[in-house]
Amino acid sequence: MNDQAYVRFHNIVKKFGTVVANDSIDLDVQRGEILAILGENGSGKSTLMNMLSGIYMPDSGSITIDGKPAVIRSPKDSIKLGIGMIHQHFKLIDRFTGYQNIMTGITSNTLGYKKSVKKITELMDKYELHIDLDKYVYDMSVGEKQTLEIIKVMFRGAEVLILDEPTAVLTPEEITKLFVILRNMRKAGHAIIIITHKLNEVMEISDRVTVLRKGKNVGTLNTNQTNILELTELMVGRPMEPIIRRVECEPGDVYLSVEDVTAYNHEGIKVLDNISFELSSHEIVGVAGVAGSGQRELCEVIAGLYPVKKGSVSCMNQEIVGKTPGEIIKMGVSMSFIPEDRLGMGLVSSMDITDNMLLKTYRDGKGLFINRNPAREMARNIVKKMDIVTPGISTPVSKLSGGNIQKVLLGREIESNPKVLVTAYAVRGLDIGASYTIYDMLNKQKEKGVAVLYIGEDLDTLIQLCDRIIVMFSGKIAGIVDARNATKEQLGLMMTGKVMMYV
Amino acid sequence: MYRIAQKTGVSNKRAALYRLIGIIGALVVSSIFILIAKKNPLQVYTSMINGAFGSYHRIRSIIIKAIPLAITSFGISVAFKLRFWNIGGEGQIMMGAFGAAWVALSFPDLSKPLLLLIMALTGFVFGGLYALIPAFFKGKFNTNETLFTLMMNYIAIKWVTYLQYNAWKDPSGMGFPKIADFSQNAWLPQVFGIHIGWIVTLVLAVVMHIFIKHSKKGYEISVVGESVNTARYAGMNYKKIMLQALFLSGGLCGLAGMIQASGVGRTLSVTTSAGAGFTAIIIAWLSRLSMPVMVVVAFLFGAMVQGGVYIETAYQIPQAVTSIIQGMILFFVLGTEFFIRYKIVPIKKEQEQGGKE
Repeated sequence: MNDQAYVRFHNIVKKFGTVVANDSIDLDVQRGEILAILGENGSGKSTLMNMLSGIYMPDSGSITIDGKPAVIRSPKDSIKLGIGMIHQHFKLIDRFTGYQNIMTGITSNTLGYKKSVKKITELMDKYELHIDLDKYVYDMSVGEKQTLEIIKVMFRGAEVLILDEPTAVLTPEEITKLFVILRNMRKAGHAIIIITHKLNEVMEISDRVTVLRKGKNVGTLNTNQTNILELTELMVGRPMEPIIRRVECEPGDVYLSVEDVTAYNHEGIKVLDNISFELSSHEIVGVAGVAGSGQRELCEVIAGLYPVKKGSVSCMNQEIVGKTPGEIIKMGVSMSFIPEDRLGMGLVSSMDITDNMLLKTYRDGKGLFINRNPAREMARNIVKKMDIVTPGISTPVSKLSGGNIQKVLLGREIESNPKVLVTAYAVRGLDIGASYTIYDMLNKQKEKGVAVLYIGEDLDTLIQLCDRIIVMFSGKIAGIVDARNATKEQLGLMMTGKVMMYV
Repeated sequence: MYRIAQKTGVSNKRAALYRLIGIIGALVVSSIFILIAKKNPLQVYTSMINGAFGSYHRIRSIIIKAIPLAITSFGISVAFKLRFWNIGGEGQIMMGAFGAAWVALSFPDLSKPLLLLIMALTGFVFGGLYALIPAFFKGKFNTNETLFTLMMNYIAIKWVTYLQYNAWKDPSGMGFPKIADFSQNAWLPQVFGIHIGWIVTLVLAVVMHIFIKHSKKGYEISVVGESVNTARYAGMNYKKIMLQALFLSGGLCGLAGMIQASGVGRTLSVTTSAGAGFTAIIIAWLSRLSMPVMVVVAFLFGAMVQGGVYIETAYQIPQAVTSIIQGMILFFVLGTEFFIRYKIVPIKKEQEQGGKE
């Protein structure tokens, strides 16, 4: 136990029904320290922090702040105790300026605009947090929004700063900036907790790291005395190679060719600008880019779900542009698309696994009625093959966990033996174990000769898994690089449009 | 503080108990109004049951009341399955009845089977087309179907009013504003003393149930209702599916209108729909869109109305009081459905039972 602890969790237990989210957790963080909380999805990280920010109350156990027992009943109590939480999804008002957002909810401010701005500016200078206070939030980049969130909680007098997955939406450059800010705050004597599942960030920024697994604290280590391998093992519970395997194959024929595709959204804004690339058999091509750079639209264009202004997409030498998804299916184009929105597009959430198997094949067979027997067979098969954890094949897919939902979707699509497989954020929200299962499946498809397009978020994954990486920047292709000699920094610069390059 | 959470795994036995408690609660509260009307509640209730089920004649009346409710519920639930909130059953019934009446009045001498068949078809098509209008605009301009269908009710009702008071007013009606009765050929035949609408209802319940659960079209409707994006992803033309489903939805309501005009009213009048289009919404929801259940619920609804009519005459109770009793029963039954599907948990306890992380 650390005697200088500023915030201390003692024996915290939190249950949801029969699920124990936090099982007697002890944890402490002191001033001038960055503590990383590492754990997979569902390991209890957010639950634990939500007890500090007043969203939940512990069932038993105690929290002390600065040596005094703290009872945090609401976010208001939490703010009063000097705790500031930066959520993964920002709590900002789009139609307000930076200044207005900072002031929202502060009722006791009597300074007036000028003095308040002066106070905020002092704060910004102190920690090198720089944003334009009069800019509207809807005009801000993700990085600026996050900075604004930090200023907001600092202005409210936060001594403890909690950041929930702060780097998930940032470019490498923005991450570097964020880390500079965090180091400044550490120097100024704040206690900082960062929740993450990215190991290299833990190594880079934290002083100590607490690993949670299945609601238990499985170890608190000094960062400079540990390594990625040890942390992975603690987090997953078994030894695990932290490197994703890339299957080396000789690329075959071109299966998908996209030429000069330009598309506009319904507001008339260009979302895809002259996109051209080819995708071959035995190949995984990654797509990197800041969120909203046109990745989603690109996938939907290929699947026939998005209107194309000009250009051509040909899959197995058949032109797709101008065809509806129904027509594409009828043409017999052997393509599968795993959409980003699994339950809202890829599956029907209230239907069971069997009925979801039918989604693209219900037309098969003669007559007006559906024959469910092949679908039941297929559902049983997929559940077995993919190790899907479910009470049965007649369980609605909405009741399954994220990883299992993704397995149902991927299973169905792979079962149709596609030649081209387009996946959008296939591992989003999945824990390490489930993610690796998905990577393995994609590699198997590649070995079989399938051409895979992998839209991804995590640059490490893209570099390790893919053969080539297409980097998108505001609807354009900023470059296509060979993943074998790509670096994160290079990709990061391309993602922000600072460098364009072609291989 | 309290919050509402969804309940799972309520056994049928427990649900039945809840419903029973609900109905008892309704009867207890209604007693107050019966006492105000200076009558004995127990006596009133027993004769309400007696009035509903006491004789073959009374049960027959229930069935006659239940037929349009059930068929309209089938129709409306097709649209509801698609999450298209068709509040326009009333208007679609009227337009169906109008179509049937037009045929009946134009060709009074056609042979009975042929005439009835054409009337049924026309009723179906008229009701279906009437429902296609809001569906078309929803597909084209994404208009709000709830308001659209609701407003279309009034147009249909006023159209029939115009026919009854002006264009089609029976010259031999001695100035009484009514449309001439259909010829006997246009009357639905009777089986066991009830017009054959009851057979149509039972057949439709089975057919529609199979259609929704096992046909390709039914599957498409369920998928579109759940998520338009998923439907597009699966290669379905969701606008076409919406139009087809709404034609079927309105068509069934129109058929109910034809049955009412031909089997009960013997002509078209402003009272042909008699609120069935609205009552059917409640029935469809109470039955959770299951067609066989709708038959049962429609029958119970009919019984409630029939019992009310009986006590009005037997006890000289004002109609307002029976309306209150019926409203109470409905209120409590719908209320218990809430408690069967949801639970109320105190905020403090909620933390143990609420969401995940």
